[in-house]
Amino acid sequence: MLEVKNLHVEIDGKKILDGLNLTVRDGEVAAIMGPNGSGKSTLSYVIAGRSDYEVTEGEVLLDGENILEIEPEERAAKGIFLAFQYPVEIPGVATMTFLKASLNAQRKARGDADLSTPDFMRLVRAAAASLEVNPDMMKRPLNVGFSGGEKKRMEILQMALLEPRLGLLDETDSGLDIDALRIVANGVNALRAANRGFLVITHYQRLLDYIKPDVVHIMSKGRIIKTGTAELALELEKNGYRDYVADAA
Amino acid sequence: MAAITFMKTPAESKLGEQFDALRALQPALPSTTRRAEAFERFAAKGLPHRRLAAWHYTDLRGLLRDAFAPAASPGAEQLAAASAYLQALPAPQGVRLVLVDGCFQPTMSSLDKLPAGVAVASLLDVLAEGSSFATDLLAAENLGSGEAMLALNAAFMQGGVVLTLAEGVRVAEPIDLFSFATARSPVALTTRSLVEVGAGASVMINERHVSLGNLASQGNHALVFALDEGAAVDHVARLDGFPATALHVGTVLARLGAQTRFNSFTLMDTPGVTRRQSFLEFAGPHSNATFRGVTLLDAKSHGDTTLVVTHTAPHCESREYYKTILDGESTGVYQGKVVVAPGAQKTDGKMLSKAIFLADGASMYNKPELEIFADDVVCGHGATVGNLDEDQLFYLRARGIPLKEAQSLLLNAFAADAIEGVATDAIRDELTGSVEQWLRKRQS
Ligand SMILES: Nc1ncnc2c1ncn2[C@@H]1O[C@H](COP(=O)(O)OP(=O)(O)OP(=O)(O)O)[C@@H](O)[C@H]1O
Ligand SMILES: [Mg+2]
Repeated sequence: MLEVKNLHVEIDGKKILDGLNLTVRDGEVAAIMGPNGSGKSTLSYVIAGRSDYEVTEGEVLLDGENILEIEPEERAAKGIFLAFQYPVEIPGVATMTFLKASLNAQRKARGDADLSTPDFMRLVRAAAASLEVNPDMMKRPLNVGFSGGEKKRMEILQMALLEPRLGLLDETDSGLDIDALRIVANGVNALRAANRGFLVITHYQRLLDYIKPDVVHIMSKGRIIKTGTAELALELEKNGYRDYVADAA
Repeated sequence: MAAITFMKTPAESKLGEQFDALRALQPALPSTTRRAEAFERFAAKGLPHRRLAAWHYTDLRGLLRDAFAPAASPGAEQLAAASAYLQALPAPQGVRLVLVDGCFQPTMSSLDKLPAGVAVASLLDVLAEGSSFATDLLAAENLGSGEAMLALNAAFMQGGVVLTLAEGVRVAEPIDLFSFATARSPVALTTRSLVEVGAGASVMINERHVSLGNLASQGNHALVFALDEGAAVDHVARLDGFPATALHVGTVLARLGAQTRFNSFTLMDTPGVTRRQSFLEFAGPHSNATFRGVTLLDAKSHGDTTLVVTHTAPHCESREYYKTILDGESTGVYQGKVVVAPGAQKTDGKMLSKAIFLADGASMYNKPELEIFADDVVCGHGATVGNLDEDQLFYLRARGIPLKEAQSLLLNAFAADAIEGVATDAIRDELTGSVEQWLRKRQS
């Protein structure tokens, strides 16, 4: 479903992605691991459509269509969902208001009618219950004053509501306690489906114990330098990046 | 008359002619003398212009190319138009007072609903009675003294109401004060109303200016508040339906006695040139005054908020909190001056103006000023101008919310915290609705 082809990305003239190639297939969970600063978040932002990156070469195809030319909201409507490494606080916008705006905007873009308020409430309540999110949080401004773990859960709650085609999870495990990690992982696993793919960015094997990847990619200096099975993550956990990063250099 | 020799622009000479014509019709009353004095004061300086610090960003001499004729008394058709507008509104919760083309309309006002202890009189009637106390109050020049548009207002005032609350009267429901511009040719409207709030009394005044004809108008309106000890006033000012050719100058004068509270909110979302100016004096200790506002500007609109708060008495607190959103080639002005007189120790005064640009062509001028002559005071001011936060916008868009809708969500939140200070739920909801409507318009 997702094909990243020879992607070159710069910011302020500095090369960050350097000819990256990557494929995520339908129904697949692909993990990306890699040292700090290797460009993992950049890749997820570029796929989601953040504008401050300059794509100098390459393509990002979603179901064969190059999405680099379309706006972030259009990509979202086509099913790209980015769970942010650092979810953004939006003071003054109630979480519930935001969820409704987002769900209805995507429905509208796909030609569906707005959800009725009761239907919407039912969906939100169900998602909140499965992720053990306190419904009172929905009244609070989005992400404002949420703990690190609460923010990450809210990201997954949004993903559950929006039912994307491709979920990009950028370090969703960071900041989660042991119980929350399990809850969030279960939330992701519940969404696994034949017509949905995931790209899970993480530093720790631990998450992959819960969300079993079909494939693991190692990223360094803006490229995928090795691709393997879940075993690869275990190996990394033991030996670190040294061997691979040295190979790449 | 002598003052004519000081006149410079065609508009200024026309104002002189208009005043002479008006004066010829007036009976010999104390107020007639006051008007003449006021006009002399105006004529000595002429229309305010950019070389005056207080009007630097709103050059009326340049903006007012022509002085429109004072509006004639409204005919049946004009009154019917205003009535129709009022009927389309939700039933008023409290008393409704109505001016049409500058003239007070007792029959359109719900005077029968006046609570005990509340009296309403027509400005012209009060002036005709000739009591020097009332005429002095109405022609009050000591607050905002030297203000040319206020002097012009005193000279030309066509009508208004005098609202009096007896000691201890607490009016629960807001009192609507409507001023309609209905004329079918460009006109000047000049109104002045007075709200005298007795000791311990309280009221909410809902000041609304409505333009029905979609025609150019020049409004010069003054609302004078006098608060006796322990009184409390809430005030909300709004303008509806004014076209881009309209000019509106609205002045609020407030004198606060001891232990009073004054809470004012202004929504400025008009496409023309609007200047809202307030002059407030703390005449007694332990009082609080809060001014808040939301200003929404687009295209070539010009919105000026100017405040002068004078702390004469000690132990008073003043707050100013303004939010401005600028699109197109609009111009926003915030001028806040806090003056602390030598005896006004323990003054606590703060001003904050925040502006957001939606377009490169817009301009915002922030000018907060402190003039402090006492040593034991806490005063501060802040002003920010900027764009919407890119990270927030991207986050919303990454969830599928289109750019303009995402901007609206953020702008709504930006405006909302100024509106929160409005005491009446229904009015707060209406204000929120007006902001949403403005945002929807730019979304489409
Ligand atoms: N807005 C920016 N301006 C300048 N440099 C940037 C910007 N965004 C990213 N970079 C740089 O690009 C490189 C890749 O950053 P990125 O956040 O993609 O790394 P990452 O792999 O996600 O790292 P981590 O594991 O620490 O999250 C880093 O060197 C970073 O400093
Ligand atoms: Mg990262």
